[in-house]
Parts: sequence; structure tokens; C-alpha cells
Amino acid sequence: MQQIPDVIREIPLNYYVWFSAALFCIGIIGVLTRRNAIIIFMSVELMLNSVNLLLVAFSSYKADPAGQIFVFFIMAVAAAEVAVGLAIIVMIYRNIQTIDVGLLNKLKW
Amino acid sequence: MNFWYFLTALTLLSASMVILSKNPIHSVLYLVFTFFCISGHYVLLNAQFLMAVNIVVYAGAIMVLFLFVIMMMDLSKNSPDSKSTLTKLAGAILGGTLLVILIAASRKVDLKDVKPIDAQTGMVEGLGQILYRDYVLPFELVSILFFVAMVGAVMLGKREAGERNF
Repeated sequence: MQQIPDVIREIPLNYYVWFSAALFCIGIIGVLTRRNAIIIFMSVELMLNSVNLLLVAFSSYKADPAGQIFVFFIMAVAAAEVAVGLAIIVMIYRNIQTIDVGLLNKLKW
Repeated sequence: MNFWYFLTALTLLSASMVILSKNPIHSVLYLVFTFFCISGHYVLLNAQFLMAVNIVVYAGAIMVLFLFVIMMMDLSKNSPDSKSTLTKLAGAILGGTLLVILIAASRKVDLKDVKPIDAQTGMVEGLGQILYRDYVLPFELVSILFFVAMVGAVMLGKREAGERNF
């Protein structure tokens, strides 16, 4: 029997739920309050990471490796998503010379 | 477990600095720091493999991509002015309300009896066995996803004939 880490013995799983919820809400506030497209994109990455952290916490507490495999796949999909998303942002900048999402209102009406 | 609280506070602080700092470069650097803190949490949870993957993929690859894109753009010339105070206030209130709702909902859940049987779930050996035995098909499909993403990024970033340069 291996040594169970101190964190798992002493920190309740609820603390991880609250911590991840706080990180997720910081990401949501970033998406809602900033106008720079790159900062919005980084806030989305922050939200993805909070979900990853919660999955890893549950996986470690329940000793179920499937959750960590899932996080691995989320990271792979996030890498692909970032590549395409940044290409789109570069295209927007090339066309309208700014990345202010407030100016991208052609689809509004 | 004072180190856990310290690391959590550090993570939340740097995450809020990501959305508060004016300079996008500073935001990227704070985000890298946040990812390192999250990797520290993975170490505390005994998930060594994901700690390495998080540092290599997020802090290494994705953030360098962000930095390069920011450096390619001249954001000092026509940087986006921040939203109005009303919009910022509304966004902050909405996010805070969501946080309160999430915490209130999760307080009812009793998670106390969840205890691990063994602590070796996050090691490279065990995860590798499962990844290459049970999840071989998704693992191979990820390579197709990367290929499509690569082709898509090159397609989107390609300069058309007659288009003006930066």
C-alpha cells in the first residue's frame, strides 16, 4: 500500500469544488468584461483549466485513472482549439487592423 | 496543509491578475504563472503525468503561441479601449452571482466518504497502461484532430494574392 498524499487526507474534496468554481467565475468575468479578443481567449483557457483541475481532483480522490485520461484528451483538444482560434484572430487583425470584439458587429443586424 | 492554501491563494490571485492587467503581455505572463500553480496542485494530488503534460502543453506550447500572436500585432497603436463601467459592473456581478450559486449548490453535496484506495493513479506507468489499452482509438483519433487543426490554421493564416501585408 502506497502512501496517500497529505492533501487527499487533509483537504476535503469540497474545497477543490469551490476553488474550481472560483477559477471558472474569474474566467467568466474576464470574458464578459474585456474587449481584447486575445484576453477573452485566455479567459476561456482559464475556464478549461479549472475544469481540468476539478477532474483531476475527483480522479485522485476516487483513485479512478479514467478522469486523468479524460484531462489528457481535453488538453489535446485545447491545443488544437488554440491553434485554430489564434489563426482566426490573426485573420481578423489582418482584415480590420484591430482585435476589439466591440467592432465585430457585422452580424448584429 | 498550509501550503495548499498558499498555492490556492496564489492561483486565484494570478488568475484575477490575468483579467485585470492592462497590458496583454502581462496577462500572458500571469496566465503562465497560473498554469504553473495549477501544475503544483497536480503534484499535490499525486498526478505527476498531468503535471508534466500541463507544463509542456499549456505553459510551453500554447502560451508561446499566444506570445507570438501578441508580438505580431501592434496593439499599442489601436488597442481596444476597455468597456464602460456599467458593462464591467454587470459582468462582475454576473460572475459573482454564478460563483455564489455554484457554491450554494455544492454545499448540499456530501463528498466526505470519498477516499482513495491507492495513491498511484496519476503515475506515468498506470496511466500509460490504461491509455494504450482501453483508450487506443481516441488516442489515435487525436492525431487526426491535430492534423485537421494544423491544416485549418495554415489555411486561415495563408496570405491571399494581392492582400496587403502588415
